[in-house]
Amino acid sequence: MVTTAPVGDRAELARRRAAAQGRIRWELLNQLIRTDLKVKYQGSVLGFAWSLANPLLLMTIYYVIFTKVLNNGIPGFAIYLMAGLLPFTAFSMAVTSASGSVTASAGLVKKVRFPRVVLPLSSVGFALVQFLLQLAVLLLVVLILDPGRIGPELLFVLPALALLVLFSTALGILVSALNVRYRDTSHFVEVAMLVWFWGNPILYSAGLVRDKLGDAYWAYFLNPMATVVTTFQRAIYNEPYYTDLNGDRALSLADAGYAFYFRNLAIGFVIAGLLLLLARRVFNRLQADFAEEL
Amino acid sequence: MTAAAQPARRPVIVAKGVSKRYLTHRSKSTQLKERAIRGRGLGTEEFWALRDVDISVGEGETVGLIGPNGAGKSTLLKMLAGILRPTSGEVDVQGRIASLLELGAGFNGELTGRENVYLNAALLGLPRREVDSLFDQILAFSEQEQRIDDPVKHYSSGEYVKLAFSIAVHVDPDVLLVDEVLAVGDEAFARKCLAKIAEFQQAGKTILFVTHSLDLVEQLCTRGVVVDHGRVQYDGDPAFAVGTLRRILGTDRPLGEPPPPIPRGAYVHDATPSLTVGGPRAEEFTAGQPLHIRVDVEVIDAEDVFAGDVIVVAVGSGDYPIFAVRTPPGQGLPAVPGRYAVDFTLDEAPALNGAFILAVQVEDADTGYPLAVARFDTVLRCASGDLPGILTVSSTSAVSPT
Repeated sequence: MVTTAPVGDRAELARRRAAAQGRIRWELLNQLIRTDLKVKYQGSVLGFAWSLANPLLLMTIYYVIFTKVLNNGIPGFAIYLMAGLLPFTAFSMAVTSASGSVTASAGLVKKVRFPRVVLPLSSVGFALVQFLLQLAVLLLVVLILDPGRIGPELLFVLPALALLVLFSTALGILVSALNVRYRDTSHFVEVAMLVWFWGNPILYSAGLVRDKLGDAYWAYFLNPMATVVTTFQRAIYNEPYYTDLNGDRALSLADAGYAFYFRNLAIGFVIAGLLLLLARRVFNRLQADFAEEL
Repeated sequence: MTAAAQPARRPVIVAKGVSKRYLTHRSKSTQLKERAIRGRGLGTEEFWALRDVDISVGEGETVGLIGPNGAGKSTLLKMLAGILRPTSGEVDVQGRIASLLELGAGFNGELTGRENVYLNAALLGLPRREVDSLFDQILAFSEQEQRIDDPVKHYSSGEYVKLAFSIAVHVDPDVLLVDEVLAVGDEAFARKCLAKIAEFQQAGKTILFVTHSLDLVEQLCTRGVVVDHGRVQYDGDPAFAVGTLRRILGTDRPLGEPPPPIPRGAYVHDATPSLTVGGPRAEEFTAGQPLHIRVDVEVIDAEDVFAGDVIVVAVGSGDYPIFAVRTPPGQGLPAVPGRYAVDFTLDEAPALNGAFILAVQVEDADTGYPLAVARFDTVLRCASGDLPGILTVSSTSAVSPT
């Protein structure tokens, strides 16, 4: 035998290397996300601009409808809209593509041993990268067109982003595993996202929800995405009150203060954290049979 | 045997009592609706791809896994690679595994060869820094310098496998699992692969490969394992393994000759020679002293085993039996599923000299149709007589000029 290392050391090394092969590797995740990005924009002239085209088009449509056709009276509606629409689109894209991530990589799952959880994680990562670029563009636009909105509240972007990532990751992992056994999952997710969209104050103001729900307003924020959306709006739109069509002072944001958001974020993190624990359990239980079920 | 002469190897791959059951659904009920309507078990049939497989591969061994199509070889390899979970039993593999189960699985056709090297190495568990330092070696070995920046979807299958193989062997795996992919490259590349495998063997790495090129097994392997009908039929000397498989496949005789009937219905687990009835395994025997052989046999499918099936134990070297013992007609296996011990007693071991192996056959009492055959590598050493390896029979002789 060529090696000079004692057998005990080699055995220990082999154990460590085997364990390392099974762990989540950021290296691999990074490679998969890069691959997605490269493949998505390969051969297209405009490349990343297409990622902006979709939300821009949606914004234009909603903007025209809700200010020109059905006037909701919210000033600077385009910015309000984008502050909520972008994170929700990111969430929707992350979870939808995560739901098909394992099934789409059947060839890989059946032939190569690697930590399977990187598949949904890379879907979430890909959506996140797109979102960060879109967010950067949005902030740039706000800075140029309406710099008065930028204030210390912008720091709310950070916890909101963290909650968005945590919740998308948890749900993404869960649906990716379920979709292997129940292929209905991805169809269900698509439909659910359409409904879920309206459960968040993106096209309407959260102030309206408060007026309608009264004491039960807190229950609206059991949906972590409502917290994400309203917190992003607090950070970027940053204009708590407006004068509505009747000339009354109305609440445009979910709340004018700060404490409200901290409380909702705390609730959101607890819910998303519990969901992540559940998702990991489900994923770990189901993943041993992925290769067979595909 | 040679195994005794080698130092004890640290087991790297251990599979204990591994079985794999596939449920074959007529149409797989992956839809909730069907689950709800039909429930879980309905409309499914089970199929055992592997049954009670025990295999232990030591560090530095090169094992050829051979068998007919559908024997369960690839299933076994996938379980060792950690891709499939065994239905029962345990699998333990120590060290970094590189598995080449398919040409460039994990390649993304849209990416260039260069990008795929990084992606694939990441899948096999190698950090980017290490790939950077290995990249030139990988490229040189794969011979794809001209094409490395082209998308791999434009590669030919040969170019594809060259790159894939090159990555797999350069990630410095402790265990390399290869499933029938070496046959794609041209002869020059095949030679390079073999050289690389020899280098692996030198470095004490463990290699397990599934192949249908039996010459390669004899040439390369230190051990051959024959899998058929989900069971390990033979595990040992590569040349002997190849011979066993050729017998199973019927390729040991010219084309056109009728193949022997495929045995089924019973399974021979073991045959143990001993000095007393049911005693501990013994290998050394002296002519004229008692010899006992216990056969551990299982009746699996009672429909194929009729009462009184005969068990024959042949003793010989290699392919040629020298003598045989058999249960008298009507006193063989009962047609009841279960495991049986059949004890043979020879009052006097024959005057043989040398080392022999045991082969067991269960056959139909009336037709001689084999229901199970098995060969055991157990060596039976007989010491007696004057000349090694042959049976000395008393005779007279005379010498005269012609």
